[in-house]
Amino acid sequence: MRSALQQPFKTAVLVLVWGWLLFLVFTPNLLVVGASVMTRDPGSFISLPITLDAYRQLLNPLYLDVFLHSLYMASMTTLVCLVIGYPFAWALSKVPRQRQVLLIFLLIVPFWTNSLVRTYALKLMLATNGLLNNALMSLGLIEEPLKLLYSEGAVIIGLVYLLLPFMILPLYSVFEDLREDLLRASHDLGAGHFATFVHVIVPLTLPGVLAGVMLVLLPAMGLFFVPDILGGSRNLLVGNVIKNQFLDARNWPFGAAASIVLTLTMAFLMFAHRLSKRRIGEEGA
Amino acid sequence: MTRWLPRTYLTLVYLLLYAPIAVLVVFSFNDSRTGYEWGGLSWRWYESLFNNRAMVEAMWNSLWLALSAATISTLIGALTALALHRYRFRGKKALNGMLFVVMMSPEIVLAISLLALFLLVGLQLGYVSLLLAHVTFCLPFVVITVMARLSGFDERLPEAARDLGASDFTMTRTVLIPVIMPALLAGWLLGFTLSLDDVVVSTFVSGPSYEILPLRIYSMVRVGLKPEVNALGTLLLMFSMVMLIMSQWILTRSKQ
Repeated sequence: MRSALQQPFKTAVLVLVWGWLLFLVFTPNLLVVGASVMTRDPGSFISLPITLDAYRQLLNPLYLDVFLHSLYMASMTTLVCLVIGYPFAWALSKVPRQRQVLLIFLLIVPFWTNSLVRTYALKLMLATNGLLNNALMSLGLIEEPLKLLYSEGAVIIGLVYLLLPFMILPLYSVFEDLREDLLRASHDLGAGHFATFVHVIVPLTLPGVLAGVMLVLLPAMGLFFVPDILGGSRNLLVGNVIKNQFLDARNWPFGAAASIVLTLTMAFLMFAHRLSKRRIGEEGA
Repeated sequence: MTRWLPRTYLTLVYLLLYAPIAVLVVFSFNDSRTGYEWGGLSWRWYESLFNNRAMVEAMWNSLWLALSAATISTLIGALTALALHRYRFRGKKALNGMLFVVMMSPEIVLAISLLALFLLVGLQLGYVSLLLAHVTFCLPFVVITVMARLSGFDERLPEAARDLGASDFTMTRTVLIPVIMPALLAGWLLGFTLSLDDVVVSTFVSGPSYEILPLRIYSMVRVGLKPEVNALGTLLLMFSMVMLIMSQWILTRSKQ
């Protein structure tokens, strides 16, 4: 090993990167943890003494309701994404290779474009005198326009619309790795389509499902602008609560505690994902 | 049946994904003020957009922010990827882990943590705070893009350069950088679009002194439907799509 002096380039790069990450990722996260156990202070945001009041406030029925409702909408979003995405990823993995590249590209294009603008575009379609209602009425399927906007359903539709690619991509990658010979072996051993699906395909694609759930469930609790645009004031997400506490109500400890609960949920899901991957690794070997 | 069913399904989902975008684009050329029925072709919303001074200023602010954030994150991200690829050092796993956490954690968590930091150190919220935040969330994407390029690259080239007496710095400049150039460009373009489209983080770390486009749109769409937003949204979507197609084109072409 050469000393740091002889490798000025390496040292400079490492100092720069570590400096950036420590200052703008590590320290800020510590601050949030710190803020969550402090006391609310209208003047300087937070003050001593140290207390667990913020976490206790999370259990206040008023907020607990918001959290559970947000969790419910996020879970529904995840479920709908899974129901649409699972067969989609399967079908996609069967398409000829060259066309697959194009189709995947078409799937990630919306991901890189402005999600706020796309949420607004959805509003154009769902509005009372919007395109969807007009189309349904002129087809004679409905008599009066449906009230689609400002409902729980609209929020879920919006979240599904924004997050569906995040469910499909990890599922697609596990379907790509699914070995045909395992499916044939299952058939040869006398298993029907259903038995093969339950005992072979589902367990082998489980890591993809968990990765997809992770990538959809968490953002689905944080994307505060979706309820703002589509949901009205009664269908709030955890993200709306956090934003409100930090920018309007100025209750930093509470906002920080809520965000830590989100982070812990993420850590738990990541752990479950790792576990399922390791199990399949052992069985597959 | 087994052939047309999956195909129909794929087509249907793609139609649903793109329908709202198509509607937005079409309606941005709609002359009607109400925005629901078709009133003939018109450029008027684009005109009123560019005649709005505050709007044009926000546009320039956004472009400048995206430009600088993409450049800085590409610079730091490329150096990080090189270090991760070439060097053994203590805490390598921790570095990788931290980048992963930045990419995976919900944006709102990153947003409030940065807001807390900026207020603690007394940084005035505006261009600088936005820049620091945007570079931070673009960084992992650049690192991944460059790492992917480096992993498919012949290790003997830098060794040969070293054997011929090149220093680390010279070797990086003359061998590695030309190799990772396409990934740098792609990473820069991705960073640019990420920065241009961000709403969540910017909501927290921007101040009144520096207004950017996504936040202006956000305040406009919360109140209701506005035809100017259709035009603005169309411009933003098209811009991002062109950037993305360019970055992917550069990456695929360089592989051949």
